[in-house]
Amino acid sequence: MLTEAKAYELSQKANSIRESIIEMLLTAGSGHTAGPLGMADIFALLYFHILKHDPKNPDWPARDRLVLSNGHICPVYYATLAHAGYFPVSELLTLRKFGTRLQGHPHREYLPIVETSSGPLGAGLSQAVGMALADRIDFGRSVNRFIYCLMSDGELDEGNSWEAILLAGKEKLHNLIAVIDRNNIQIDGFTEDIMPLDDLAAKWRAFNWHVIEVDGHDFMGLSQAFSQAQAVFEKPTVIIAHTIPGKGVKEFERDYKWHGTPPNKEQAHTALEELRTLGGKIKSEHK
Amino acid sequence: MLNPNLKLNPKLWNDDVEQIPIRKGFGEGLVNAGEADKNVVALCADLTESTQMHLFKERFPDRFVEIGVAEQNLVTVASGMSAMGKMPFVSSYAMFSPGRNWEQIRTTIAYNDRAVVIVGSHAGISVGPDGGTHQAIEDIAIMRVMPNMIVLSPCDAVQARIATKALANIKKPAYLRLAREKTPVMTTEATPFEIGKAQVMYTPDGLAHVGVIATGALLHRALLAARDLEKKGIRVKVLNIHTIKPLDTDAIFALAKETRALVTVEEHQKIGGLGSAVAEFLAQKLPTPIEMIGVDDHFGQSGKPDELIEHYGMGREAIKAAITRAVNRKNG
Repeated sequence: MLTEAKAYELSQKANSIRESIIEMLLTAGSGHTAGPLGMADIFALLYFHILKHDPKNPDWPARDRLVLSNGHICPVYYATLAHAGYFPVSELLTLRKFGTRLQGHPHREYLPIVETSSGPLGAGLSQAVGMALADRIDFGRSVNRFIYCLMSDGELDEGNSWEAILLAGKEKLHNLIAVIDRNNIQIDGFTEDIMPLDDLAAKWRAFNWHVIEVDGHDFMGLSQAFSQAQAVFEKPTVIIAHTIPGKGVKEFERDYKWHGTPPNKEQAHTALEELRTLGGKIKSEHK
Repeated sequence: MLNPNLKLNPKLWNDDVEQIPIRKGFGEGLVNAGEADKNVVALCADLTESTQMHLFKERFPDRFVEIGVAEQNLVTVASGMSAMGKMPFVSSYAMFSPGRNWEQIRTTIAYNDRAVVIVGSHAGISVGPDGGTHQAIEDIAIMRVMPNMIVLSPCDAVQARIATKALANIKKPAYLRLAREKTPVMTTEATPFEIGKAQVMYTPDGLAHVGVIATGALLHRALLAARDLEKKGIRVKVLNIHTIKPLDTDAIFALAKETRALVTVEEHQKIGGLGSAVAEFLAQKLPTPIEMIGVDDHFGQSGKPDELIEHYGMGREAIKAAITRAVNRKNG
């Protein structure tokens, strides 16, 4: 279980990750802002509390697997991996530069510690299903290793996503946990205007999934959601995490225009100031 | 004469030569591969018997996954299984896989460098009565353009069986092209097979006037054409390209150098297929007149396989005419 002290520590980690994201995007000059900031809390919780993994031994065979399906939020993925100790934080500033391991969208050939390459949407959950199926073949239904798939709400427009949802329900993959970044935005606008997804929970339930809805910024609630997901046996679980796109920087929050746009120098400066002072609550150490 | 080193089927000239669907060889080879390696798994998109994957399913039910009619899921689930150390074979009709799920194959298998074999059955127009929607004649083009991808197109059921086992061993992204119809068995269990190594099937007495480079079941018609023409004094050497990628450029270079006139033969669009691959290579290394046998930028239609092969200019007489044209271009 998550203690209050641990939850506070995770919120501090998430804040550091958000600072890195802003710095990376400013240096790169392109990339996605809203999704990465919105998912920083969930990434912090996973890599600093939930996942069985070893940054010193990335190939550890018994590690949990995490598939990032919506590859465009990779700044939060890279930043979290760096803060967890997989590679130096300084390398984050190479994002999207020629010769970098941190490609604009994750590529295994350049950064083998990512479990898969991603970018084109709707294919991550299928791969996670394949991983869960492989474990079921090897260890039977008593397998106790979990495969996590992080996905966006926008990519649920893809038919491939629903093919995977159907199959996981059919196979009752309890060892599979999907997490939807339900931030209600995609490139062209709000999801419910572009292609309505609600009632999203009912849709997944109809496909034989166990569904949990949670505030994607509440560490206690998220932690309980993952505990429950691990306890459910006859079904795969989806955690619909309601997140605020651009979370942590007021100017970016809830505005779909920040889906695929990086901050300019001034905006980044303001954002970093806001993150470092926790919205004016404390003094920045960087001054 | 037939190349004695290849220990080919001596009955291949006979009218009553044994005929087996190429896909059946795959089905048997997959069972063999499954027996040799417990990590071999099979996935199918609702065409288990058609693609002959039912043989594996019956033998290893716990290592078979029925995906349903969902080809995008078929290949992406396989990518995930490969990530966990499995050696997946996925089968459907070539028109649907890789026809429908190309981007998923590119990103999750080729770009990821995951060991998955995509088995495209019912390739070519010889699918017949089902008509053009089901006749994949663009699959070689879309698969060979993909980095990291191996492309195999075996000539008969025996070679398909051996190729399947070879693919299970090398553990790379690969496409295996299969035909539906019964086709003459030209090779034997004793015929040497190596991925990427072309086979000189037929050699004339003395230096050849023309080289024929064929892939898949049409190789049989190419052999018959070569023997017919030899009787008329045109000496033809016939190469079997069972591996379209990586292309055996040494063998093609040697054949072009010897003959200075080539004919390519494939049940595929002329655009982007074997003929294109040969032309791309030779245009840069040894420009050579090439006549291409294949479908000339059309879709297929319903009909009997042989009718369609003749209609689209891929029959024995069409191959002979192409060989004659190639000789004339060289001499002209």
